[in-house]
Amino acid sequence: MNKTGIIYGINGPVVYLQGDPGFQMNEMVYVGRQNLVGEVIGLTSDRTTVQVYEETSGIKPGETVTGTGSPVSVTLAPGILNNIFDGIERPLSEIAKTEGAYISRGVSVDSLDHSKKWQTHLTVKKGDQLLPGSIIAEVPETHAIVHKVMLPPNVDGYVLDAVSDGEYTIDDVLLTLQLPDGSEKKITMAQKWPIRVPRPTAKRFPATKPLITGQRILDTLFPIAKGGTAAVPGGFGTGKTMTQHQIAKWSDADIIIYIGCGERGNEMTQVLEEFTQLVDPKSGNPLMDRTTLIANTSNMPVAAREASLYSGLTLAEYYRDMGYHVAIMADSTSRWAEALRELSGRLEEMPAEEGFPAYLASRLSAFYERAGMVRNLNGTEGSVSIIGAVSPQGGDFSEPVTQNTKRFVRCFWALDKSLAYARHYPAIQWLTSYSEYLSELAPWYTDNVDRRFVDYRNQMVYILTQESSLMEIVKLIGADVLPDDQKLILEIAKVIRVGFLQQNAFHQEDTCVPLSKQFKMMEVILYLYKKSRTLISMGMPMSVLKQDPIFDKVISIKYDVPNDRLDMFDDYMKQIDKFYDDVLERNA
Amino acid sequence: MAIEYLGLSAINGPLVVLEGVQDAAYDEIVEMTVNGKEKKLGRIIEIYKDKAIIQVFEGTEGMALRNTHTRLTGHPMEITVSESMLGRTFNGIGQPIDGLGDIISDIKLDINGKPLNPVTREYPRNYIRTGISAIDGLTTLIRGQKLPIFSGNGLPHDQLAAQIVQQASLGEDSDEEFAIVFAAMGVKYDVADFFRRTFEESGVSSHVAMFINLANDPVVERLITPKIALTLAEYLAFEKSMHILVILTDMTSFAEAMREVSSSKGEIPSRKGFPGYLYSELAAIYERAGIVEGINGSVTQIPILTMPNDDITHPIPDLTGYITEGQIVLDRSLYGQSIYPPINVLPSLSRLMKDGIGEGYTRADHQDVANQLFSCYAKVGDARALASVIGEDELSPIDKKYLEFGKAFEQHFIGQDIHENRTILQTLDIGWQLLGMLPRTELDRIDTKVLDQYYKPAEEAEQ
Repeated sequence: MNKTGIIYGINGPVVYLQGDPGFQMNEMVYVGRQNLVGEVIGLTSDRTTVQVYEETSGIKPGETVTGTGSPVSVTLAPGILNNIFDGIERPLSEIAKTEGAYISRGVSVDSLDHSKKWQTHLTVKKGDQLLPGSIIAEVPETHAIVHKVMLPPNVDGYVLDAVSDGEYTIDDVLLTLQLPDGSEKKITMAQKWPIRVPRPTAKRFPATKPLITGQRILDTLFPIAKGGTAAVPGGFGTGKTMTQHQIAKWSDADIIIYIGCGERGNEMTQVLEEFTQLVDPKSGNPLMDRTTLIANTSNMPVAAREASLYSGLTLAEYYRDMGYHVAIMADSTSRWAEALRELSGRLEEMPAEEGFPAYLASRLSAFYERAGMVRNLNGTEGSVSIIGAVSPQGGDFSEPVTQNTKRFVRCFWALDKSLAYARHYPAIQWLTSYSEYLSELAPWYTDNVDRRFVDYRNQMVYILTQESSLMEIVKLIGADVLPDDQKLILEIAKVIRVGFLQQNAFHQEDTCVPLSKQFKMMEVILYLYKKSRTLISMGMPMSVLKQDPIFDKVISIKYDVPNDRLDMFDDYMKQIDKFYDDVLERNA
Repeated sequence: MAIEYLGLSAINGPLVVLEGVQDAAYDEIVEMTVNGKEKKLGRIIEIYKDKAIIQVFEGTEGMALRNTHTRLTGHPMEITVSESMLGRTFNGIGQPIDGLGDIISDIKLDINGKPLNPVTREYPRNYIRTGISAIDGLTTLIRGQKLPIFSGNGLPHDQLAAQIVQQASLGEDSDEEFAIVFAAMGVKYDVADFFRRTFEESGVSSHVAMFINLANDPVVERLITPKIALTLAEYLAFEKSMHILVILTDMTSFAEAMREVSSSKGEIPSRKGFPGYLYSELAAIYERAGIVEGINGSVTQIPILTMPNDDITHPIPDLTGYITEGQIVLDRSLYGQSIYPPINVLPSLSRLMKDGIGEGYTRADHQDVANQLFSCYAKVGDARALASVIGEDELSPIDKKYLEFGKAFEQHFIGQDIHENRTILQTLDIGWQLLGMLPRTELDRIDTKVLDQYYKPAEEAEQ
């Protein structure tokens, strides 16, 4: 018999119970007659505090709250991918089937389909001794991904009996295990895991491989490692969501968990539509086959918004345990922080900066620290990378969420309003953004792309930095009075900005660019710079150089050279040589 | 269960405390009778055992601890909805004030609505022609979108909204059922009257339901006016398959009202004294725009808000911008140059535009033209900044061209007559004419093929 408590007070999503009914902290409870889902967040001897994940309108004092005996958890089993859930892992398409267009309260649906039979291949047999987290079976979950069924991280033992390959539901018993204490345990595909507890791993590695996104400014200038963390801060309209969509579409992660946390409903619909139609260039399957969406739009209950990030993280860790590289898009962590603030306010806690609770920083760090490249308990290697959007109030990066996030992430992709106004996308500001992974990833670039890659990258950044200090002068006196070598820097910086950093997400070739082409583009731009500099040092004025269309040609390489025709770059090198010779000849 | 409770235990601003209640529910509506005659409505916003904190909609004037009778209604705030509400005028809590009698219908809906399931939404794609170049060309309005107008006091946002209503309603698709739900929160009498007259003059008033909460009406009423309006809009759109345009003005008053109530509840404020849940509350309103899959209706929202001190980073426009799908920003200096509509296109944005324009919707070159105009106009700003330091004469020839372009762009593209209704093709052609003022090498956002087809240098075009 489950424990029950009696409601005596209601304030928005926070409900107070009389006395102490014996609930645990973070226990999941059912509130009131409509069985709304809630979580215990405070216990004293005379009062229990519960946050409710659904709208509390209509609840009366005196109604009962029933405990479930376990913390708020997600169900982990095949069927998670190619699906869309709310913040506490309820499938939205199932809710739509029973409830229609709107999401009503107290809906009781299973997280995953319990009746679907999955083609299962057992990888262990009778007599095997299994360690915690061992892979026991393989299930083709979607066309792209094989789901590896594992023992829960806290279970090990000796296989007394195993079923043969065949079709099973997630509730069918696959193994009978003898535990170390001698008792028997039936193992099914499904396991539950509390969302606020990180799943255990064997070892954590430093970052050594980049998460390749196909976005030039990210891959070349500010790379993120697999298992890394990045923040994308920007005011409204600067393209946070677009950046996240692009990474979700084109990055080389195996699995994408997209968390729409307190954002627009239409955006989730768009992801759902687009990802079902778009095809993953690597596997040829729809992108949805490797994607799970967690949608808690801004008008859905605020407490579930707070939980949605943790639900998404737990799903990500589960796939990491199978040996996959998982990338989480959290859009937006500011909405999550605001949910914290709202609940904290209802609990009448003492506020710190701007009304946010004092534990904002520790919650953020706990969140980002769940990322990482690890060796799992079962010996496989996997990673969770977190890319969190931040929506600073008024676009001001000095506010608490941005500042605290900056302390715990190692990549900072700052979106800039003035770039967005000029429709320079992605509007990532190259001077204020940074990546701490650069030195750790340098060996990878040297081995896998080209040994000059990092050097070229640094040269480009140097040109851009010079441009920015020159622009200070230009703003005061105009560009005409600059000496020719400085004019050249401005011109080359323009080539880099327009021809390299700017990337058109709606252009078929330009939306995702392989590293090899990124390198070639850098090479051509820097070669043009080198040749032009020689000309200038010989006394040729910039105005003569600019008569040649070569600068515009290099800018449009991104559109003119298809991603699989890297041989065309040789021609550009020749054209630059010809440009050099022509200028010399004409002005000799 | 018609128990009436006599008396109150405290009154504080718009909030009253009632003790000894039984069986009261959170968010329930109560009816109060003051002095035996005056009726008021209230809502339970907090409840502890037998003590309920009630927010009184019509204000607490005249209420005393002893003269009030309170009766629980047993349900949250509901409104009777019907198609016959079109052509009628109501106060801020949905009671008719046009003297034409009550609305009779069996359908009562909870004004809080329920969140639309993202799975059942349909991504909006059909554009609405407003006949205004700056909007159609650069920040295209899409059916099912929420596109606010960020304005300032004294700027012509009302005229702009009225022009959108008139011209959008008279568009090519006027055979489809089209209606307007207008909600005014804390507006001046003249503003409400302006809209009423405009609707009458343009002959759409039989398709308009107006909910009016004037500046001197009770503040708490304002908190539910938009919810009532949107409940009606959702009913007409998703039950009666109509295309509904909702105008909400002024969202700033709505947010101010929330701050007032929050502070009298003694809540911990976050930014500028606004409660921490301002974002959630605004989202609960704005997110009620959209299209439901399989239903031939839509709710399009044009909220208007005045930015306090023209500051776009103030919490109200800031949070709004994070929820809505873009914004149209009005600019005081353009208005000072007598340019109507004074839309500052650079910070203006329509997020849904990219999927609703181009081939099959407007014209294939639309996106290119828009991008190029944005990019060129951004450079105009740089050129102007430079000119203000070194003087116009010292500018390079290309910068001078940009100055000319900027001026022409503001006058001929952005600027138009208040009754001028341009087609999308006219708008794009004006765009190309303006781009013709610049040398072709400056146009780096347009595909070469498109340039070949449309680009004509200005001198050539004159011949």
